[in-house]
Amino acid sequence: MTAPSAPVIDAEGVGKEFVLRRRTRGLRRAATRVPAVSEVSFTVRPGETVGYLGPNGAGKSTTLKMLVGILTPTAGRLRVAGLEPARQRTELAYRIGVVFGQRTTLWWDLPLRDSFALLRRMYRVPAAEHRARLEELVELLELAPFLATPVRQLSLGQRMRGDLTAALLHDPSLLVLDEPTIGLDVVSKAAVRDFLRRMNAERGTTILLTTHDLGDVERLCRRVMVIDHGRVAFDGDLAGLRALAPVPRTLVVDLAAPAPPIDVPGARVIRTDGPRQWLELAGNPAAVIARVSHDHEIADLTLREPDIEDVVTRLYRERPDPSAPAIAGDVRHNVE
Amino acid sequence: MGVYTSVFWHGLRRYATYRAATAAGILTNSVFGCVSAFVLIAVWEARPGLAGWDAADAVAFVFVAQALIGVVAPFGPSLEIGERIRTGDVAIDLIRPVALPAWWLAQDLGRAAFGAVFRGVPTFAVGALLFTLTLPDGPAQWLAFAAATLLAALVGFGLRYLYALSAFWVVDDRGVQAVAWLVGPFFSGMFLPLALFPEPLGAVLRALPWSAMVQVPAEVFLGDHTGAGLAAALGFQAAWAAALLLAGRALTATAVRRVVVQGG
Ligand SMILES: Nc1ncnc2c1ncn2[C@@H]1O[C@H](COP(=O)(O)OP(=O)(O)OP(=O)(O)O)[C@@H](O)[C@H]1O
Ligand SMILES: [Mg+2]
Repeated sequence: MTAPSAPVIDAEGVGKEFVLRRRTRGLRRAATRVPAVSEVSFTVRPGETVGYLGPNGAGKSTTLKMLVGILTPTAGRLRVAGLEPARQRTELAYRIGVVFGQRTTLWWDLPLRDSFALLRRMYRVPAAEHRARLEELVELLELAPFLATPVRQLSLGQRMRGDLTAALLHDPSLLVLDEPTIGLDVVSKAAVRDFLRRMNAERGTTILLTTHDLGDVERLCRRVMVIDHGRVAFDGDLAGLRALAPVPRTLVVDLAAPAPPIDVPGARVIRTDGPRQWLELAGNPAAVIARVSHDHEIADLTLREPDIEDVVTRLYRERPDPSAPAIAGDVRHNVE
Repeated sequence: MGVYTSVFWHGLRRYATYRAATAAGILTNSVFGCVSAFVLIAVWEARPGLAGWDAADAVAFVFVAQALIGVVAPFGPSLEIGERIRTGDVAIDLIRPVALPAWWLAQDLGRAAFGAVFRGVPTFAVGALLFTLTLPDGPAQWLAFAAATLLAALVGFGLRYLYALSAFWVVDDRGVQAVAWLVGPFFSGMFLPLALFPEPLGAVLRALPWSAMVQVPAEVFLGDHTGAGLAAALGFQAAWAAALLLAGRALTATAVRRVVVQGG
């Protein structure tokens, strides 16, 4: 075993408290403190792919903003690529690639190609190097047909691929992505995930991403961190998370006509809506499906995997006290 | 070519695509110029020699002022950075290895350069075709006017940058900008030469940065300043430009350090 390399991200008790100043009666001002992130500690080593998960408002984006240096932590110690992000923001910019899924780095009025050219000057990438990298990225992301298109005319999926290219043109060793697949269709999601996998496998790019899509995590992240109420609640792999907070699969049954709740062994009706019923599966889905279709006339059947939010919600129901210590998974120790 | 030069060209080319807006700008500025010219001609007929000018000087002032609109932007457009602060898109700007003020300055100078050539020159040409007006005496005075115009563009940017930065503190900078677009044209001498304002108001307005945007370059155009006076006029503009740009830089640093980027 080789000695573990220096961490790309090293967070120690990092916290962020927003202070909201509201005007109450007259000119008096009241300050409300919103603890968005409290005492988050973790390290990420080179080549890791980490999914940073949690429900809405958990503090994911806030953490990412601190990592890239655009928010200053109010507590703790943070190092990214050996730098202190908020203080060395500009220096750090050369070493990391960032995508905020909801915003674009590209210029609305410029053709993709010109946006990339502007970025080349910004990051001072030598022309030959830029050309080679751009060619590779354009091929991998199938961007060639859109290079001459102004960004405002691109679809969301095309734009996202443009943003990924933009984030990687200066060959960063760490890629930080906030909801990179938000709003994309199945095909675009798959393209983005495959691309990120390749970047990680072939170039060793370290990836930290937030998402609400279990598919992203399954396809991409060997490690997941779950935060809630600003604290790390779980750090391990996906299987560990599932084992810790098992969420049953759901069978959605569309009957030919409305009927009383279906009663079959190994399943429990949790919801009905006209002819549609939701069955929580405890046992083997095949047996339940066979039984249901034997007993009833069925128009349609869907088997639903629990999504990441369910798993996370369940995790919190099991561990309601947010000040309880985090549950550590196994991956933290064997990162290579 | 460095990044700021690229951004300058980007700013220039972006405005080059707004052809209809440019044509509309030339039309409005020319029409307004004509109306002002008629009014001022009447004023100078009643009181010849006012402000040391004759009617041809006053008409030249009017058209220089109109021609400068596309350069110093006293009515806006506001800098996009205000909007980006409000929506949180400034997060994107902050993760780039560039200096925010320099970036927006380069882009705005691109806009100003386009405005000078493709809006200012045609507007002034309309005035020169329709009226008798004073032109600079020789290349040295043209050169001085070019310098004054560049300094005016820097002052115009400096002010608009501060208006836009207010978004960091007031959440919505649009109120600030609405007031700015109202007072800017008056304070700069764009609507009426500052010489026509009653004292001491006129003297106060002359000392404020807005006068560096229109009043001073127009006076340089007319040859009101020569020798040391010219140096003082350009120095006045340069001092305001420097003060505003430094204030912009300092406030950017404070804002970035202290103020939170809005939105998730
Ligand atoms: N600029 C801000 N000012 C005040 N509070 C903020 C600010 N930004 C975020 N917060 C608060 O901090 C908490 C965490 O927000 P954050 O955006 O990090 O959540 P998130 O995990 O990214 O959620 P989502 O999944 O919805 O994107 C929320 O309670 C939010 O209201
Ligand atoms: Mg978020």
